[in-house]
Amino acid sequence: MDYISIFTTMGQEISLIIAFILVFIIDLFLPEDKKHHLGTISSILLAISIIINIMPCQGELFGGMYTTSPLANALKTILSAGTLIIFLQSTDWLSKGETAQRRGEFYVLTFSTLIGLFYMISAGNFLMLFIGMELATIPVACLVAFDKYKGHSAEAGAKFILSALFSSGLMLYGISMLYGSTGTLYFNDIPSLLVASPLEILSLVFFFSGLAFKLSLVPFHLWTADTYQGAPTSVTAYLSVISKGAAAFALMTILMKVFAPMVEQWSLMISIVIVVTITVANLFAILQSNLKRFMAFSSISQAGYIMLAVLAGSEQGATSLVYYILVYIAANLAVFGVINAVEQHAQGKVEREDYNGFYSTNPKLAMVMTLALFSLAGIPPFAGFFSKFFVFAAAFKSGFSVIVFIALVNTIISLYYYLLIVKAMFITPSDAPIATFKNSVPMRISLLTCVAGIILLGIVSSVYMWLDGMAL
Amino acid sequence: MNILSLFVIVPVLMLAGLWASRNLTQVKTTMVAGASILLALSVYLTIEYINLREAGAQGDMLFTSSIPWFEPLNICYSVGVDGISVVMLLLSSVIVFTGIFASWKLQPLTKEYFMWFTLLSTGVYGFFISTDLFTMFMFYEVALIPMYLLIGVWGSGKKEYAAMKLTLMLMGGSAFLLVGILGIFYGAGGETMNLLEIAHKSIPAEIQHIFFPLVFLGFGVLGALFPFHTWSPDGHASAPTAVSMLHAGVLMKLGGYGCFRVAIYLLPEGAAMWGDLFLILTTISVVYGAFSAVVQTDLKYINAYSSVSHCGLVLFAILMLTRTSCTGAIIQMLSHGLMTALFFALIGMIYGRTHTRDIRNLRGLMKIMPFLAVGYIIAGFANLGLPGFSGFVAEMTIFVGSFEVNDTFHRVCTIIATTSIVITAVYILRVVGKIMYGVPTNEEHLKLTDATWDEKVAVIFLIVCVAGIGTAPWWISDLISNSVAPIISSLK
Repeated sequence: MDYISIFTTMGQEISLIIAFILVFIIDLFLPEDKKHHLGTISSILLAISIIINIMPCQGELFGGMYTTSPLANALKTILSAGTLIIFLQSTDWLSKGETAQRRGEFYVLTFSTLIGLFYMISAGNFLMLFIGMELATIPVACLVAFDKYKGHSAEAGAKFILSALFSSGLMLYGISMLYGSTGTLYFNDIPSLLVASPLEILSLVFFFSGLAFKLSLVPFHLWTADTYQGAPTSVTAYLSVISKGAAAFALMTILMKVFAPMVEQWSLMISIVIVVTITVANLFAILQSNLKRFMAFSSISQAGYIMLAVLAGSEQGATSLVYYILVYIAANLAVFGVINAVEQHAQGKVEREDYNGFYSTNPKLAMVMTLALFSLAGIPPFAGFFSKFFVFAAAFKSGFSVIVFIALVNTIISLYYYLLIVKAMFITPSDAPIATFKNSVPMRISLLTCVAGIILLGIVSSVYMWLDGMAL
Repeated sequence: MNILSLFVIVPVLMLAGLWASRNLTQVKTTMVAGASILLALSVYLTIEYINLREAGAQGDMLFTSSIPWFEPLNICYSVGVDGISVVMLLLSSVIVFTGIFASWKLQPLTKEYFMWFTLLSTGVYGFFISTDLFTMFMFYEVALIPMYLLIGVWGSGKKEYAAMKLTLMLMGGSAFLLVGILGIFYGAGGETMNLLEIAHKSIPAEIQHIFFPLVFLGFGVLGALFPFHTWSPDGHASAPTAVSMLHAGVLMKLGGYGCFRVAIYLLPEGAAMWGDLFLILTTISVVYGAFSAVVQTDLKYINAYSSVSHCGLVLFAILMLTRTSCTGAIIQMLSHGLMTALFFALIGMIYGRTHTRDIRNLRGLMKIMPFLAVGYIIAGFANLGLPGFSGFVAEMTIFVGSFEVNDTFHRVCTIIATTSIVITAVYILRVVGKIMYGVPTNEEHLKLTDATWDEKVAVIFLIVCVAGIGTAPWWISDLISNSVAPIISSLK
């Protein structure tokens, strides 16, 4: 076996594993008073990993168990960059109270879940996919319960792990049916053996349900709001963008490559799921007063929009999916960054009413939040407009004009609830607005990066062109 | 670099300048300097355009240029103007320029106010110069969203309700529009987003039938098409003065312009199928808007309903599909934009002094503030179509053009719409009589002062424009008519 090709093809994963081990060992031997360096070390390691793996790579390893493409590699880079932003945002939270002693665990666990997501993206075999998913899920459960003595963190962790196990079970069941029907688990071999028999359709449904839990698509979304609310904000941010992005990509590659002969069946199924997801999530989001719960429903509806790219089932759809995830990461992390900063500096305030009069005391943060919300709502000239447009165009081109129309009508509902927050910050007066505060340097860097992303990713078309040139 | 791109670059530079401004003087200097440059640019563009045409320049549009933007989707940043867009750019520059003077004393958060105001203008300018459907749509939405904060933060009355209603309804329209644009794009083969190129391709009739109503409704919502006009009265009544001016004066014109440039131009067979239905709706807009204005007691509501009626007339004339009526529609957009801006500016100035817009509480303003009162009366005369002002030219052209269509249905619609002239006279004269003349009843009002210099700049400037078009309409009507001709002839 050619060992060098392992390092070139699997560079993303290997460099993350090295980072994981390094942080783990450093954490063991670092004296207690120097532990605050862990954040810097982890961020630098992650940054190095991003830089050395930015070149596109392609290939198969271990007889087709592991496969990667330029687009998958680009997505991994994007997800790493998102995680880096989350690392920057979490420094304030980690340096407070009893979490300060356990901050090493946060980085180690995040690295390991990221590795799991990467294997999930690059799986070439259903077992590999399953292992990747488990590796990604179990550390996240620990992260969700990280603040276990505070608020609902432990409860959220329990809810997450139970629903995750259930979804894994469903998915495994689906995979076993597929194995029973085709006799193989390799992605490359399955398409030619599929005949769309009832058993295979059933396996498709079970498999899809398992991943739909990860993506929190309706009707598999019930865990989302509670988990998002209870988890520490940085972890919520991670759940809402990074793991969602990876799951969406994995679902897309499998539907397009493995279940290609059954396109009729899955496109109908996904059409229904998209319409229900976007509509239900939007209607529930209106009712939320807690911003983290609100963002949970917002991210469910965003997942619905991401699924439009999956529905398109074309090269254009794949490009627009990765682009959508990139833009979504920038906007969502900006929102979570502001929520996180306010939570840290204003005694855990996360209600929408707490944000009344926010602009008068913290104009810059309020502007960041507004830009991010506009981007999420798809308002030009911010990047969210472009990403939504490309997703719609891809689905429209594949002939799903009615679904696109329904999704577009839903953007109006989503605009309404995003504007409710803008209204709270700019218009509604308050007797006791959140006091003016200064952010730490890492938080500022992260928010600036997000804002730069929100403004530039759309107008500067080269990012989209960069993704467009890549094979799936 | 293309001169048209300056219309986007200058506002963006203004935004940067505002962002860097440290005090009120710098903010106002930036705004006045920027708006003056834009005004000068649009005057220069008009003259240059006329010169080029007289020198025999060919082509549907001049000053065209196109830069690939998102190549895989054939999206380009392409610009170009014909007589219609030149006139619209001129109108926008005038309104933006006067709008700044109308909000001279605005408090608080002046800097933020002007930033959103400038963003709105960027969208408006960008929309009128675009010939690419994607960029056109993008600028369209850029122009819509600042309205939410402009009304919500700096408005008055039921501002939160009005701002939300306006934003959601207009964005709802743009959702229809986006589906329509995608339909046009893929219907024409998905090879180009440039509307001049799409116009030379044939879109299958069944696709036109599906997407015409979506596009027309999408733009029609902004053009206050009945029954989607309800955002307009609330929005205009709650908005601060300059925002009402810009919104009624320019933003609503985006609707009419879009209906003409995209819906009618690119989907003529759809227009033939759906035209009658929409014609009924626009006729209702025209008459219903005028009747509603009669019963209002709030000055801004009167003017807002009057706008519904006049903008309805724009869409009405466009749907008549004759060269004369469409020319009239464009002149009406220009004329209505100027005089409604004048109206809103004056109402804002009166309200700023008396703190009431209720016509039952205002009397004898002619004695108290003669300058504003005379301005108001002139605006009123222009609005009811008195010869010598732009309103007459516009409405005359529209009704003559509409009467050229000689089947019973169109004739009846025209006759019904013509009655709006009379109703307009009723509500204008009633208001003028009530609030301008008579003896002032409110003691408080006697202490009020007349217009200050910045207000006079705005008012005189607009009156000159309104009277200028009214007394010398030929150059503008030639300019428009020659650009309308190729579009109309391509329909037949």
